[in-house]
Amino acid sequence: MYGMGIVKGLLVTLKNARRKPFTTQYPEQRLEQAARFRGQEFTWYVDRCTGCASCAKYCPLGIIRIETDPNGGNEQDGGTYRVDTFDIDQARCMYCGLCVEACPYDALHMGSNFEASQARRADLVITKEDLIGREKHPSTWFRPQLSREGYDPFSGQSKDWHEAGRESGEWHPQRPETLPGAGDTRATSDGDYR
Amino acid sequence: MAPLEDNRIFSGVYGFFQGTLSAPEWLAYFFGGFAVIMTVVNGFLLIGTIFTWMERRVVGRFQSRLGPNRLGPFGILQAIADAIKLLFKEDIVPRRADRLLFNAAPIVMLAPSLMALAVVPFGAGSYVADLNIGVLYVVAMSGVASLAVLMAGYASNNKLALFGAMRAVAMLLSYEIPLVMTLLGITVLAGSMSLVGIVGAQGIPFLLVAPLGALIFLIAMSAELNRPPFDVTEAESELVAGYITEYSGMKFGIFYLAEFSNVVLAGALFAVLFLDGWNGYFLPSHLWFLLKVFGFLFVASWVRATLPRMRIDQILALAWKYLFPLSLVNLLLLAAETIAWPDPSTAELWLMAAINWVVALAAVPLLAMVGARTPARPRRVGFPQEVR
Repeated sequence: MYGMGIVKGLLVTLKNARRKPFTTQYPEQRLEQAARFRGQEFTWYVDRCTGCASCAKYCPLGIIRIETDPNGGNEQDGGTYRVDTFDIDQARCMYCGLCVEACPYDALHMGSNFEASQARRADLVITKEDLIGREKHPSTWFRPQLSREGYDPFSGQSKDWHEAGRESGEWHPQRPETLPGAGDTRATSDGDYR
Repeated sequence: MAPLEDNRIFSGVYGFFQGTLSAPEWLAYFFGGFAVIMTVVNGFLLIGTIFTWMERRVVGRFQSRLGPNRLGPFGILQAIADAIKLLFKEDIVPRRADRLLFNAAPIVMLAPSLMALAVVPFGAGSYVADLNIGVLYVVAMSGVASLAVLMAGYASNNKLALFGAMRAVAMLLSYEIPLVMTLLGITVLAGSMSLVGIVGAQGIPFLLVAPLGALIFLIAMSAELNRPPFDVTEAESELVAGYITEYSGMKFGIFYLAEFSNVVLAGALFAVLFLDGWNGYFLPSHLWFLLKVFGFLFVASWVRATLPRMRIDQILALAWKYLFPLSLVNLLLLAAETIAWPDPSTAELWLMAAINWVVALAAVPLLAMVGARTPARPRRVGFPQEVR
């Protein structure tokens, strides 16, 4: 009959009206995030970083700036560069994660936050001090060891540097003396590691 | 004419000025009338403002959203926040616009709907004036709105605004005819043009006696109010915002308020003409009237949330080829019945209702077969027909 389509349409919207609203009221209510979310606030472990600057080379936008100092150590023998500057310009970052893929020592991880808006562009640059001072909740993106152990950056514990790598901490050339109860003696380079 | 002395607000203020302050009678009369008008106008605009919020909430729920809910309880202060925002916006008049018409258009839009309020009875014995040509007066006032639309569109010096205004005027004039025919039918049925008299004549609500009339009134009214599915005048996909494209700040706010207040006025008219006005059981008459008006507003929001926009040629075809013959059927039917049963009793009204429902259920699909076919899409002119 003429006009029945309108009646049908009205009933469809009425059915929708009786449904629970889908709205998530953001600041108070939040959707669940995936553990592999590629977000801001990179997690960086200064103890794992050798200053090789792979991340800076792989970054398609060239927004990572690393300045290192040879520090007089013997690189052949496990000694590393001292990282003087480690700046990431978030204003231009597109969170592609290539820097994290490139890192050979699992020192750099993606973060899980998405709420780092600032009033000034200059405030968007993350410095070395920021990165060191932050809570370490690495995203499990491109870090199969974290996925395998079922780590959840949103509810999980803060990860210390020797827990976040793809190999266990004892075999890492860096800083064996800071490991809890480890007695590895491989790294014997003198001088300040920082 | 109006028994203004029966009005409680009037007599209170009048008594205060004349008795307590011993002011001269003309001054007391002036202030009494002023108080009545202020109460009616502000109450009406308040309901219109509430409706702006209510519609957003209702449409939100129909789309499985929440709608504005952050400011005040259930977000009811949202309308006030919007008004404050509009007041502080820059007031822009386009270069080479017709300043006088541009500034006058919002006023011409809002004023008639406020003036039409004068004859609408809001409760038992509470109205500003009981005009014996009330229906005609309301129709005349609502006709001024199309002038305001044309003024706004022409004065904006903007082709989109002008297109919107032309469409609006074509639509408003087309739909005025079935609307007026329906109102004529109701007038014939009630034997009175006064809105108070029409309520008095409703032994049973005219929604039951004249279903065809109610249907035409609803369709034609939503076209008169530029509401979906008839909102081609401000179709944002084609015309930005139609005749209000160039308006910003509180001028836009007045257009917006007038649009929503007109819906409230239409709801009040529907309640008076078809739903037995303020009469109801148990509750006070004003509350019954408000309930009926808000029922109409809910249905209006529901239709808005449901129906997609029609093309302008479809809209005009619907008015001329379908609603116009339908309103003629309605008018002839009601006139014939009024001749058969002048001054009908309740039983005779029920008989008329039965006849009218049968005719309505027959006429709606029958006339649809004749007149309401969807018109073919207009052929493109000046374009090679082979290239489709």
